[in-house]
Amino acid sequence: MAKIEYTPNDFRNGNAVKWCAGCGDHAIFNSVLKALPEVAERLDIPRENFAFISGIGCSSRFVYYMNTYGFHTIHGRAAAIATGLKTARPDLSVWVCSGDGDSLAIGGNHFIHACRRNINLNLILFNNEIYGLTKGQYSPTSKLGKVTKTSPFGTVEEPFSPAVLAIGAKASFVARTIDMELDLTKEMLVEGACHKGMAVTEALVNCVIFNHKTHADYADTKAIREERTIRLRHGEKMLFGANKEKGLVLDGLRLKVVTLGEDGYTIDDVLTHDAHCEDTALHTMLASMRYPEYPVAVGVIRDVQRATYDDEVARQISEQQQREPGKTADDLFFGGETWKVE
Amino acid sequence: MSVVIRFSGDSGDGMQMVGNLFSESAAFAGYGVFTFPDYPAEVRAPQGTVAGVSGFQVHFDTQAVSHQGDKCDVLVAMNAAALVAHRKYATANARIILDSDNFTKEAVEKVGYNIETIVEKLQLGECDIIEAPVSQMTLDAVVEFGLDRKSALKCRNMLVLGITLAMYDIPSEYAKKFINKKFGAKNELVSKANIAALEAGENYAKNSHLVGEHHSKATNALPAGTYRSINGNQAVAWGFIAAAAKSGRPLFCGSYPITPATGILEELAKHKALGVKTVQAEDEIAGICTAIGASFGGALAVTTTSGPGLALKSEALGLAVMAQMPLVVVDVQRGGPSTGLPTKSEQADLLQALYGRNGDSPLVVLVADSPADCFDKAYLAAKIALERMMPVVLLTDANLANGTEPWRVKRVAELDEIVPPIVSREELAEKAECFNERGLFNPYSANENLARYWAIPGAEGLEHRLGGLEKQPRIGAISYSPEDHAAMGKLRAERVERVADMVAPIEIEGANEGDLLVISWGSNVGKVAEAVAKLYAEGKRVAHTAVTLVNPLQRGVVEAMAHYKRILVCESNSGQLASLLRAATNYSNIHSYASMEAQPFNVAELVATINLNLD
Repeated sequence: MAKIEYTPNDFRNGNAVKWCAGCGDHAIFNSVLKALPEVAERLDIPRENFAFISGIGCSSRFVYYMNTYGFHTIHGRAAAIATGLKTARPDLSVWVCSGDGDSLAIGGNHFIHACRRNINLNLILFNNEIYGLTKGQYSPTSKLGKVTKTSPFGTVEEPFSPAVLAIGAKASFVARTIDMELDLTKEMLVEGACHKGMAVTEALVNCVIFNHKTHADYADTKAIREERTIRLRHGEKMLFGANKEKGLVLDGLRLKVVTLGEDGYTIDDVLTHDAHCEDTALHTMLASMRYPEYPVAVGVIRDVQRATYDDEVARQISEQQQREPGKTADDLFFGGETWKVE
Repeated sequence: MSVVIRFSGDSGDGMQMVGNLFSESAAFAGYGVFTFPDYPAEVRAPQGTVAGVSGFQVHFDTQAVSHQGDKCDVLVAMNAAALVAHRKYATANARIILDSDNFTKEAVEKVGYNIETIVEKLQLGECDIIEAPVSQMTLDAVVEFGLDRKSALKCRNMLVLGITLAMYDIPSEYAKKFINKKFGAKNELVSKANIAALEAGENYAKNSHLVGEHHSKATNALPAGTYRSINGNQAVAWGFIAAAAKSGRPLFCGSYPITPATGILEELAKHKALGVKTVQAEDEIAGICTAIGASFGGALAVTTTSGPGLALKSEALGLAVMAQMPLVVVDVQRGGPSTGLPTKSEQADLLQALYGRNGDSPLVVLVADSPADCFDKAYLAAKIALERMMPVVLLTDANLANGTEPWRVKRVAELDEIVPPIVSREELAEKAECFNERGLFNPYSANENLARYWAIPGAEGLEHRLGGLEKQPRIGAISYSPEDHAAMGKLRAERVERVADMVAPIEIEGANEGDLLVISWGSNVGKVAEAVAKLYAEGKRVAHTAVTLVNPLQRGVVEAMAHYKRILVCESNSGQLASLLRAATNYSNIHSYASMEAQPFNVAELVATINLNLD
């Protein structure tokens, strides 16, 4: 059969997109549309083999705009439903759209276990650090002290970092992107979809209504992003700044920001990113970096290979079928201890 | 002849094995059998204590048997703790076989009794007590095999098996074959020692004149066929395996371990050679959610749980109602509320199954009423789910899950067809109503049975979105309009109502009209049927019927109720089915025999209660 070449528009169903004007979700949507033709090409699968599963929240409305198979489920459970789908149907490319409340509060358990199992999903975690659909309550990623409708005197809870949590829970692919960085997002999602195993991409998105500019300190403009974020690339030096004049070095057991040529630091002192490193220590440190002490890490933070849950389930089945070839339900029912009544 | 025999001993004494072997030997000899294990919730309580006693009851008869029996006629007690713990399960004049070697002054004191007064305190005066030196006889019987004392004493259970088999003249060939198979290859000495103990027990019974003369020989109590012993959990698992084979849908089970349902997941996990996929999920919610995901992907999806787990699954179950997902949820009921009585049986999740969700969220509730029936009902539940594209709750309980009876083995070829409404774009090409003006598939398009067409991912040109939000009928676009919500609500109810056509109407046993109709369901059916049959045989104008489809209400129930002066609903809860029947009929003559002890019913007590309702 001739391979179908898709365009981004082949993956949208034409329904009116109903996110607020200025919402970061629009940008992610566009990046996903651009990513899908490339994923279809690389995985060599047609459109009908894509499934998008979402939970509840603004970002979870995503599936209603897609022209793929989609399931808008219940709050927090998208990862569990996607786990069942992918286990039953390893031939599908299964994407999960979920927010910080959906995946890290009510669905935290399913999120960490999907990471631990290394089920082959591509999960986009839309992190706007707020509950948007319920109109402005703090979330598990809201910054400490954040004033919201349910925290009128500021939160007293330390937030999660989704990427750090995903690494800690053993996800084999962890990336971070920013809504306005359309190409970066597209690249992360293509890599995540083609990665064998649990891929988590944390997308820093702006909620223009209830948490406007929550990421602005490090994401507001291109100039700010150049100075206050660091784009990680496997095998490349960890450099940032408009002229790549700043870098990350290891100072004892901690990361440190240095300027090349100052205090005796040269390019040789700067760390080289190894996304494939089995050990999670440095990846955790990179994912943990917060502005203003550090630049915020974007790009692929971790990308390691290990057995996926769906492959292992399929392997055991195939092994047992080879052990008992052609076994049927009748063989089971009539095998073992039986007796005849004449 | 109907005999109930109960084996009791320490958790490590092998009582479950001896009970199973006794019942299978009896079944092999042509008796009808029904078993019920009664083991403690604690994994292994200290030896010789009441908390650590494990029991196994066998009810056998020259006719087919439909329940585990009431109090036992024969109680085997391997030690003092077993006697103390299980005396209450034996009749006043039961034969009690005890290992006299274990009834030392110290052992009796350990369980809080005095050896001088224990007979009086436990009201054993009328009992026929057989003081058999089981331990010493076992040691003597196996001495030639040179086992250490501990290993030699492990054969004690085979010695009591020999005694009890001989008492009823049941051949021991089946048991010997089993022993050879179990130990033979690995350890011939152990195998030989067990058989020697078994034979020593038989000889003891014969020499001590324990072999009764009053026994009529078993004449095949069951219809012709190949049989095997099966418990309810295994039968549920196999019913699903059969349904998967018949429908061509791969079987997927997402579950979280919970007593007494875990056996189903354990059983399914074994059968990877048949392509069965199981996910032991991170919690009950993920159990049902993985199943829903697999269902979306085209599998025969099931999740198995007990009451507390069903509570946790309720939101996801509502999603399955809303999105019209084929799914079977098995609730192996136990005593509640909350953690309740995890190893005891109750029927108190009926209303939870019907109503335990937000919104008007109707679904099919099906009930199994014997261990072997669990196979048929699991199969039927799967057929309903797959053909009508809806969730089905199957209620079993701890008694069914652990109880065993002979199951006439079925071939997949002899089972009803299962034809899910799976579609391709080509098959729907002629049906304009299935597509919108942009040519996209309308996901709530349905067939003549109101079953949503099952467009499975991978089907080209049928990409669609489902979800928990209310939808426009047929078209499936999100809609909050009052008309659409009302229409979809009616559709959800109608879809469930139509399932009544798929289930055979109730059967009346006894008088076709008269004074009293007794209604039962679930694991109590066997005992209630027997109690009613006794009274009907005495000439009373009484009848019994078992309800297996609770929602929609099985055909014939309401009609039958009109033919009796009085209705009595017997169930192990506070009267849940009775309240449903009152709501369905508005009759004022519906009475309730509601036992809230989380114990199996007692036939004698039922007879007395029914008699009271006949006055």
